[in-house]
Amino acid sequence: MNRDRDAMGRPLVAVTGIGVVTSLGQGVADNWAALTAGHSGIHAITRFPTEGLRTRIAGTVDFIAADPMVAPLLSERFAEAAADEAVAQAGLSGDFPGALFMAVPPVEIEWPQRQALAEAAATNGDVTYSDLLRAAASRRFDDWHDLFIFGTVADRIADRFGTRGSPISLSTACSSGATAIQLGVEAIRRGEVEAALCIGTDGSVNPESLIRFSLLSALSTQNDPPEAASKPFAKNRDGFVMGEGAAALVLEDAARARARGARILGYVLGCGEKGDGFHRTRSSPDGAPIIAAIRAALDDAGLHPDRIDTVNAHGTGTPENDKMEAMGCLAVFGERMRSVPISSNKSMIGHTLTAAGAVEAAFSLLTIAHGRVPPTLNYAVPDPGIPLDVVTTARDVPVTTVLSNSFGFGGQNTCLVFGAEPA
Amino acid sequence: MRPVVVTGLGLVSCAGEGVEAHVAAYRAGAAPRTDAETFAPYPVHPVAPLTLDGQIPKKSDQRQMEPWQRLGVYAAGLALDAAGAKADAALKAAMHLVVAAGGGERDYAVDGQILTGLRGAADPGSYLNERLQNDLRPTLFLAQLSNLLAGNIAIVHGVTGASRTFMGEESSGVDALRIAQARIAAGQLDIVLVGGSYNAERADVLLIHEMGGYLRKPDYRPVFDRGDAPGFILASGAAFLVLEAEEHAKNRGARALARLDAVASDRTKRRNGSVAESLTQLWGKAGLLTPDAVISAATGCAGITAEEHDALTTLAPQAPVRALGDLTGHTLEAAAPFGAAIAAALVAEGEAGEVAVTAVGHRRGEGVLRLTTTGEGR
Repeated sequence: MNRDRDAMGRPLVAVTGIGVVTSLGQGVADNWAALTAGHSGIHAITRFPTEGLRTRIAGTVDFIAADPMVAPLLSERFAEAAADEAVAQAGLSGDFPGALFMAVPPVEIEWPQRQALAEAAATNGDVTYSDLLRAAASRRFDDWHDLFIFGTVADRIADRFGTRGSPISLSTACSSGATAIQLGVEAIRRGEVEAALCIGTDGSVNPESLIRFSLLSALSTQNDPPEAASKPFAKNRDGFVMGEGAAALVLEDAARARARGARILGYVLGCGEKGDGFHRTRSSPDGAPIIAAIRAALDDAGLHPDRIDTVNAHGTGTPENDKMEAMGCLAVFGERMRSVPISSNKSMIGHTLTAAGAVEAAFSLLTIAHGRVPPTLNYAVPDPGIPLDVVTTARDVPVTTVLSNSFGFGGQNTCLVFGAEPA
Repeated sequence: MRPVVVTGLGLVSCAGEGVEAHVAAYRAGAAPRTDAETFAPYPVHPVAPLTLDGQIPKKSDQRQMEPWQRLGVYAAGLALDAAGAKADAALKAAMHLVVAAGGGERDYAVDGQILTGLRGAADPGSYLNERLQNDLRPTLFLAQLSNLLAGNIAIVHGVTGASRTFMGEESSGVDALRIAQARIAAGQLDIVLVGGSYNAERADVLLIHEMGGYLRKPDYRPVFDRGDAPGFILASGAAFLVLEAEEHAKNRGARALARLDAVASDRTKRRNGSVAESLTQLWGKAGLLTPDAVISAATGCAGITAEEHDALTTLAPQAPVRALGDLTGHTLEAAAPFGAAIAAALVAEGEAGEVAVTAVGHRRGEGVLRLTTTGEGR
């Protein structure tokens, strides 16, 4: 059997570069040190006034700025930093030898820009969109077109790294980062590309984004102390905390990686997905789509559930997600699930939304590399309804395989399986 | 590689509802229905009136969506009906979905009130927080999120294989088709619903595209004849296609309308001549020979539109080149799906054996599609 093919005869997909930016810091080394030490990146928001808001905390990345400070540009900066690190680690220079798959947050004009347009219109009466359009027609704001259309972030990243072909900008809500990786895996398996740069990025902590999630009662309102707010799997969990960041993975056809002498950091062994048509924000009560997505990922990897060493949970800290995720894991893994270490990085970095699937993929690969499962903070009050082995302090155990879950609004369920070696 | 066929089409635009209306409009070649008044000086092509209940039976579902989602869910339902899939719950539960979309609408009145209030607010930051918290409809967010068109198609129609939403203006529509086609051809999927929708009758998107000066004003002119005032006229509409492996279609007794042979796309740095070069290269990659028709999603924007037209008349001197902008208007993310759908319809009607579809984004991205007869279509 060809060692660069999986059991189904498809090209094996190797990871040769990882880059991460979160509120814990820039780069894999800083993030891993903080994550395994149980440091929290959640803090009071200082980027904008939070007076009167029910939630005033987030895992914002405050050490990278953008001008203007708008979500697409900030997301681009995070992505650039993460991809720089991943591509350098992969030992690639010059144009990137493959395609770009990029999870980016949905884009729209933001309030400072609306205000600037309204001001430029200099109307005395009530402001309407006619005024904003009149201001736009002055041609003074033409630069903002590219800033606020959906394809620009990936376009600029494609330019910077010299990726091939048409870059993909995608959204599957909170599983977007995982979908970016899945698209890269599929393209390599089809033999369409030998390498893929897969990125998830999100820099959208701004007043309206925060308030939108708040109005859906999705966010924790336990503002004080900030680092105690994100409580995945705990009985007193009360919602997620918004986070920011990016992660980039360089995926390569294992044969190519080996041929060029690249160091292989791990493999993406399997990807699984399943839609859910039950409700716009809630999972099917029987957990069937979550179960199907986990099973699909295991089947795709050619692994029996018993072969999974640890689960990197979606673990948002909302009452609904954690209950359904636990139910799904228990259904697939059976009684053994009670002793499979499970952990949620979101307890420390918050929910990095569009980036989460990619960030957690990076941490899953580091878990394998270091044989250390990072902790879940704030698991002080276990939920009897969630009989799982939630890791509360970094645990050293041999890890050869990780299941990473991502679930999102709109019935999005995407699961990835990573391994130290081919299955 | 497995042959990929089109087995269902769902179309709504200013040309009307359904495949027949679009083929009739293609044949007639009359100017598309245009509304130059509502958003003057910006003309738009409004979508034909729809009876939403026909595809979205629950009023509660209709209420939870904004127009761009309703249009998409409606057209997706038409495509499922046409493919003979609507009543087959098991087939839909296995069917995947790739959607090309931007984002949803805003509450224009609320935005206006907030901007008015901000002008005199002593503490603009906390004023903005207070107004947004009190005035935003909680569920509006779900009608804005890009992936919630796919989410609503799953809820309303039960298409629950899994969905992916591609963003990025015109090229997202091309790449949605490209990746859907490639997954089927490679055996990664058997059947997928793919398409996009766009609502142009909204001030916020006019604003985005007025910034940059991409909108044609003040009236409609044919796409290739807009030298006096270049730009696109945004249009409301949605186009969905059911794509499946030829074998899969045969096994379930579905009629193949056309074969989607190839979808080629690229993104070249824009400079004089780059669009023509890219199209020529993609034309070869798509394996186009002597198409009987060329359907172009040309925007009407300065430079690139003339360049594309010149390239197409060189590449296909024998074929009529028709602009979607003169048929459906410019539907951005949905443009390539519209092109593919109308091409498939022409093949199915026996009007063409090979059709080329091109989509050149107003800022970036070039795509060329090839659709051909399946041998059963004539």
